[in-house]
Amino acid sequence: MNKLEPVILIYLILLRLWFAISLACTLGWNDIRGRYRRSVIGPFWITISMGVMIACIALVFGGIFKAPMGEYLPFLASGIIFWTFISGIINEGCTGFVSAEGMIKQLPLPFSVHIFRVVWRNVLMLAHHIVILLLVLLLMGKSVSPIVLLVIPGFVLVVFCLSWLAFFLAIICTRYRDLPQIVASLLQIGFYFTPIIWMPSLIPGRLGSVILNFNPFYHVLELLRTPLLGSLPAASSWFVVGAITILGWGLTLLSFARVKHRIAYWL
Amino acid sequence: MASIHFSHAGVDIPIFNAYSRSLKSRLMHITAGGRLSADANGHVLVRALHDIDFSFTDGDRVGLVGHNGAGKSTLLRVLSGVYAPTHGQVHLQGQVASLIDVSLGIDHEATGRENIFLRGALLGLSKKEVTARLDEIIEFSELGDFIDMPVRTYSSGMHLRLAFSVSTVIRPEILLMDEWISVGDEGFKHKAEARLAKLVESTKILVIASHSRDLIMKACNRVLWLEHGVIKIDGSPEDVCKAYFG
Repeated sequence: MNKLEPVILIYLILLRLWFAISLACTLGWNDIRGRYRRSVIGPFWITISMGVMIACIALVFGGIFKAPMGEYLPFLASGIIFWTFISGIINEGCTGFVSAEGMIKQLPLPFSVHIFRVVWRNVLMLAHHIVILLLVLLLMGKSVSPIVLLVIPGFVLVVFCLSWLAFFLAIICTRYRDLPQIVASLLQIGFYFTPIIWMPSLIPGRLGSVILNFNPFYHVLELLRTPLLGSLPAASSWFVVGAITILGWGLTLLSFARVKHRIAYWL
Repeated sequence: MASIHFSHAGVDIPIFNAYSRSLKSRLMHITAGGRLSADANGHVLVRALHDIDFSFTDGDRVGLVGHNGAGKSTLLRVLSGVYAPTHGQVHLQGQVASLIDVSLGIDHEATGRENIFLRGALLGLSKKEVTARLDEIIEFSELGDFIDMPVRTYSSGMHLRLAFSVSTVIRPEILLMDEWISVGDEGFKHKAEARLAKLVESTKILVIASHSRDLIMKACNRVLWLEHGVIKIDGSPEDVCKAYFG
């Protein structure tokens, strides 16, 4: 390596990052377009089936919990939509490198391309599903307060947080091929332990606070859901997700630096 | 100025699977591919390249010959930057591009036009650069109105024409190829030949793996003969071809 001026080095890194992001957007966008081909409404089919599922759960569990629909339905809809987004990035992150084997073995692309592609694809899917939430909020006559805008920084933080997880999982799942199944099972468990179908107020006392506060999914979900439902996310949620993001990226970058030359050999 | 420098470079490919043990019992037996050995954790290692030393500079047209599994593709992967050498050092200077798989990234459900942008993006071209050359690419491919049809409807010849037309717009300093690309029917073949020749001419270093004596004699001025991951002879096309092809 020649010695480079730090300014030039930073410029080169940014240039490569920009290349990775723009290529990932092209590929992720094409993934979504692929779902529209030969189908008029494309990914909205998934949105529709999700809408039906939300309606069914709302009917059954709303009855069981005796929850007022005006409160329960927006809670449930936002919970399921954001959970699909979170679990989508994590699950697809696991196969991020494995499914891009052909590309990785032919082109020395930055590995981040494959991760940004997964994230971007899921953001686009979320943009489809969010229609349900808008309909629900409209239907329930919820008023919109400026607090809603807090979802933007929350979303940005959550995307940063999920990105390292997807990156980290992509690395270790390439080496250990049993892991994606384990991750999928853990996510299944996470789904039940996170207040998506049930409302936190239903589990009182210590048990409830333990299940919620030690569950990172809860804090991630809080940052996305609470502003949309018109209240402020707790400061602790910001803190937890922020800390996980910083520590997680540190862990990911350290492990990546150690094994980046080996990943192509694992495929 | 482009240059490639390998010093004592080697590549061991780890094989992770349940049958390592039975494979291990046959260690160091020479097979069709590289030599097998084991690492500290007991994983089977295929020694795909071993102690490779060479330097290429501007003007080198290098042919790689050798039997199946001799390490030609692995060497091309190291040259492209996909594989980092597990031993020794590799220094590459210059922009590398590979025409090993011209169809890489082609989406069968997308139209030809969309695929030009996809393939272009993978080649490192920006949207603007692709747009600027779009007409030229479409014209060269002679696909006409089919350019707006899904690639799935193409014949294999048309598919290759499209992939070839996009892939050859780049002008890298170091070009890697696995056999000469031959596309299309008689008429198109000549056109493609001329375009590829022009691309090769504009690159500073060409590395091409081939099983064809004619190609090596025509396109190369230096040939490496690989066997079991080791360079057996590094010499002029005349000498190596005489020794290798007989």
